[in-house]
Amino acid sequence: MNDTQRYWLGVAMPWLAMAIFLIVWQLACVVFQIPEIILPTPTRIFTVFIQRWDILLQFCLETLWTTLIGFFLAIGFGLLLGLAIGASPFIYAGLYPLLIAFNAVPKVAIVPILMIWLGVGALPAVITAFAISFFPIVVNVATGLATIEPEMRDVMRSLGASQWEILTKVGIPRAMPYLFASLKVAITLAFIGSVISETVGGNRGIGFLMLSAGARNDSATTFAGLFAIAIMGVLMYAVCALIEQRMTRWAFRGAVMT
Amino acid sequence: MDSGPLVELRQVSLAYRVGKERMPALGDATMAIRKGEFIAVVGPSGCGKSTLMKLVTGLLPPSGGEVIVHGQKVKGPIKGVGMAFQNSTLMPWRTTLDNILLPLEVVSPHKQRFRAHRAEYVAKAEALLASVGLGGFGDKYPWQLSGGMQQRSNLCRALIHEPEILMLDEPFGALDAFTREELWGVMQKLWLERKFTAVLVTHDLREAVYLADTVYVMSRRPGRIVLTKTIDLPRPRTLESTFEPAFVDIVHELRERIHLEHA
Repeated sequence: MNDTQRYWLGVAMPWLAMAIFLIVWQLACVVFQIPEIILPTPTRIFTVFIQRWDILLQFCLETLWTTLIGFFLAIGFGLLLGLAIGASPFIYAGLYPLLIAFNAVPKVAIVPILMIWLGVGALPAVITAFAISFFPIVVNVATGLATIEPEMRDVMRSLGASQWEILTKVGIPRAMPYLFASLKVAITLAFIGSVISETVGGNRGIGFLMLSAGARNDSATTFAGLFAIAIMGVLMYAVCALIEQRMTRWAFRGAVMT
Repeated sequence: MDSGPLVELRQVSLAYRVGKERMPALGDATMAIRKGEFIAVVGPSGCGKSTLMKLVTGLLPPSGGEVIVHGQKVKGPIKGVGMAFQNSTLMPWRTTLDNILLPLEVVSPHKQRFRAHRAEYVAKAEALLASVGLGGFGDKYPWQLSGGMQQRSNLCRALIHEPEILMLDEPFGALDAFTREELWGVMQKLWLERKFTAVLVTHDLREAVYLADTVYVMSRRPGRIVLTKTIDLPRPRTLESTFEPAFVDIVHELRERIHLEHA
């Protein structure tokens, strides 16, 4: 195999894997005569996608908005908290156990509470997306700050740099690759958060669409919703990965500068 | 000499606290460094050489004794110091030029003037880069440079703000022998031009003798100064001079003293 073939095979691999997955699914449905209500075939789901694309798009956009708002809140809050925790051992000691405890709480459990507080609507979904996705951002930013080389700190201190200067000139730039790495994880978590909220109790978004389709035994539409979430998740992940590469080229040491 | 030494250590000791135990790292160091003098500290590994450096710059407070710079007792990190470590600690997100400009963004009075006079400072940094043989490499990132080039940049960063005191903690330790010896020459040239006061911590005796006016030999942990050797070989020293008997004799003398510590 020469280099060109190797390259194109690399590009084709994800699509091949997906195609095989869908074909096996389709064959299994046909061969074992699985009823549509249990598991619709991919072709059936695809048909629903085409037929009902306007509704799907509308509900997708609602979910996308709530997810993105929650995600951006998580970036802002996670960045600040991560900087605080990474910069001060005392804040770290004080807040870290609390954060872990909070992260261990299943977010599906807080949705009913949010409903009581905020009613039904976009807000509980935004907050669930935020609550589930800020943790990896905090941990990563704090790690980036806490692992500054002591020599780097000594160089800055011997120049008479203040804590603030050390933070802005060394800490924050150094934490950036960690932040962007965490964004890829956080965006997919944010989708999980908003869809959970919409599914548990909501009147909008793709989660609500799936729930109501499920209630009508319309499995094909439910699955179409699942596919839509997966597609949005992959797209947002790709956007985050692209931003990561643009913003922190130095962290890759030119390895992926193609 | 005018008003006494620039840096003075009086019975300085330091003990680290490890849990409840006190680990003595440095015991009783006394030395005086003249303005413009180049001193080297050598000794067995783990003898507290690097600790000594942190004490002089005020990065660590001593457990006993006192450190005096400019006739004043050191209480915190002192101003006007340049530092270079074995690990070049250049920031990978900055170009080499921006790395070298870093001290000017932090040190007064440059930091107040930096934005308005950027072009002037850039020209200064480029001139310094050229003087260590790195002209035209300013827009490269540190990780695009070889180890030797990174250390040259590191020296530039340590010197750009024209510090009175330059601290060197095994700056050439991680380099191959050829590059290291080449950089001795670069270092000597910079020192002869600028006449800053330099403190070099190293375990390479030839390096110490090549560069220093005075070499201090330290004992095993907890380190004490067991020998002070004045090197009055003529300057500029060259790689040729390192093979002359006078040079070799001094290296042997130092080596024997250090061997006593390992016995």
